[in-house]
Amino acid sequence: MIKFDVHKQLDTLSIAAKFESQSHGVVALFGRSGAGKTSIINMFAGLIDPDGGHIEINGRTIFNSEAGINIKTEQRRIGYVFQESRLFPHMTVRANLVYGRKHSPSDHSPIDFDQAVQTLGLGHLLAQKPATLSGGERQRVALGRALLANPDILLMDEPLASLDAPRKAEILHFIEIVRDTFNVPIVYVSHAIDEIIRLADTLVLLDEGEVLAVGSVEELTSRVDLWHLTGRYDAGSVIPALIKSHDTKYALTTLSFAGGTLRVPMIDASEGQSVRVKIRARDISLALQKPTGISQINILNGKIREIGTGEGQGDDITPHDINICVDIGVPLWVRITKLSLDQMKLSVGKEVYALIKSTSIDRQSLGKKGPQNF
Amino acid sequence: MDLLTTIEIEAIKLSLKISFWALLWSLPLALGTAWILARHHFPGKFIFDGIIHLPLVLPPVVIGYVLLVLMGKKGLIGSFLYEELGISLSFSWRGAAIAAGIMAFPLIVRAIRLSLETVDQNLEAAARTLGARPITVFMTITLPLITPGIIAGAILGFARCLGEFGATITFVSNIPGETQTLPIALYGFSQVPGGEDSAFRIVIISIIIALSALAGSEILARRMHKHIGSGS
Repeated sequence: MIKFDVHKQLDTLSIAAKFESQSHGVVALFGRSGAGKTSIINMFAGLIDPDGGHIEINGRTIFNSEAGINIKTEQRRIGYVFQESRLFPHMTVRANLVYGRKHSPSDHSPIDFDQAVQTLGLGHLLAQKPATLSGGERQRVALGRALLANPDILLMDEPLASLDAPRKAEILHFIEIVRDTFNVPIVYVSHAIDEIIRLADTLVLLDEGEVLAVGSVEELTSRVDLWHLTGRYDAGSVIPALIKSHDTKYALTTLSFAGGTLRVPMIDASEGQSVRVKIRARDISLALQKPTGISQINILNGKIREIGTGEGQGDDITPHDINICVDIGVPLWVRITKLSLDQMKLSVGKEVYALIKSTSIDRQSLGKKGPQNF
Repeated sequence: MDLLTTIEIEAIKLSLKISFWALLWSLPLALGTAWILARHHFPGKFIFDGIIHLPLVLPPVVIGYVLLVLMGKKGLIGSFLYEELGISLSFSWRGAAIAAGIMAFPLIVRAIRLSLETVDQNLEAAARTLGARPITVFMTITLPLITPGIIAGAILGFARCLGEFGATITFVSNIPGETQTLPIALYGFSQVPGGEDSAFRIVIISIIIALSALAGSEILARRMHKHIGSGS
């Protein structure tokens, strides 16, 4: 559990941010570069002192200007994964990994060294020096080093930013494993919404040093008024679902969600596991009758809940695009042209069918949801 | 016939002894000074920096003379040392170690400061997030990373001490067995008729010592480089 409420005047940015998170999973700080994300995570770490306010982690106050509390960085019991791995160049991988264990004060049972090494696939690297590691290996070691300090909380500042796409996917996978295996809450800073949809439970939207919204990833990414921040072109709905079955013949996975079932490209996850699917608004078509003889295999029925004004702004949306929210058990945002809206005579309350191509669902957007609330 | 004469052996021993003690007191002090210069900003820093560098730019005789005035038995500091502690620096090898250390000081500070400035302070921050106190961070991260700089500074300083002449002869004079280091012995031989052969022998000895020191430092530097790992 995290409570954060501070203000800080930086050279070019004034930060006044307040948010709380009750869940035990991943809290993502999301915003453009310069929104104050890194400054905020550094205030968690004690590397930047706020001008005033308070910070609490799992019921322990680490900063409170009124009470005169400012716990030193080395006593905050954090694990910090930096954008550049910051491994100690004069030490072996093993010495890097155990560095935090030797120094960190901790009052809970330590994370098992062998288990962490095995989970992160570091066994064959232990005797090497950081200079001989690849970028992905370095971030894995950095992840292990932070974890093995037995932290109360893991802080991650764009840990994928300096990696190429395949390495990004690899490290993302390891972060998921860490999240699901070791039960340490994570504060994750990123400007890439796809990473956050995959990893996070709670999303804190930041802009120019202020918190614009706090909520679940599903809720906030589905809010049209925030699309200018969460990504207009790729905007859409994030739907929580469970894995129902796999169809190996066609390499498809069937998901069940509040509004029925959805067939998507095969996911590497076991049945019954909860996942999160992002469906882009521009990838959905609408029909007034249930169509037959078409290639879209996901046809979902629902009533129109809201029709956006479509006053197009920004670069990616033209004024004649309209965003429509269809209630298919969960809110589903659909983007169609103004022409279609008029020709189909769509209005709020009207029953429609939403057509979704399976192949339009990006496998990378299928995030496994972490365990929650324990 | 012995390889070396008594005077030569004494001069070699004395040179090494004085250089060793000069390094012993100036190296830790230089480390602290380099830390202040590399990591701290304060009003008047450039004046402090200038004073540190004075021995590099002033004629050594000036330093020697100032030492004589301050540290001599009747000097401001020297009289206190002599009367209260019974220590006399002038005309003793201890004074020579002081003079040599002062002359080498700015060179050592520069070498250490340069390597301190290349240490990524983000690594130190990372160590603190892992629970290390500032002193632990210094001992486990900063110090190992600047060791090549400290070695370079020590080698430079040692060479400077071995070659020290002007400040030493002004402050502690030329006393065989007490303050007559290799350069001073060489100067002595060059001033008397028929001393050319002896002077030449000292030139050879100086070259051998200098080359050994260089070779030693090279081996040490390679070992350090291997230890720290190329690049980061």
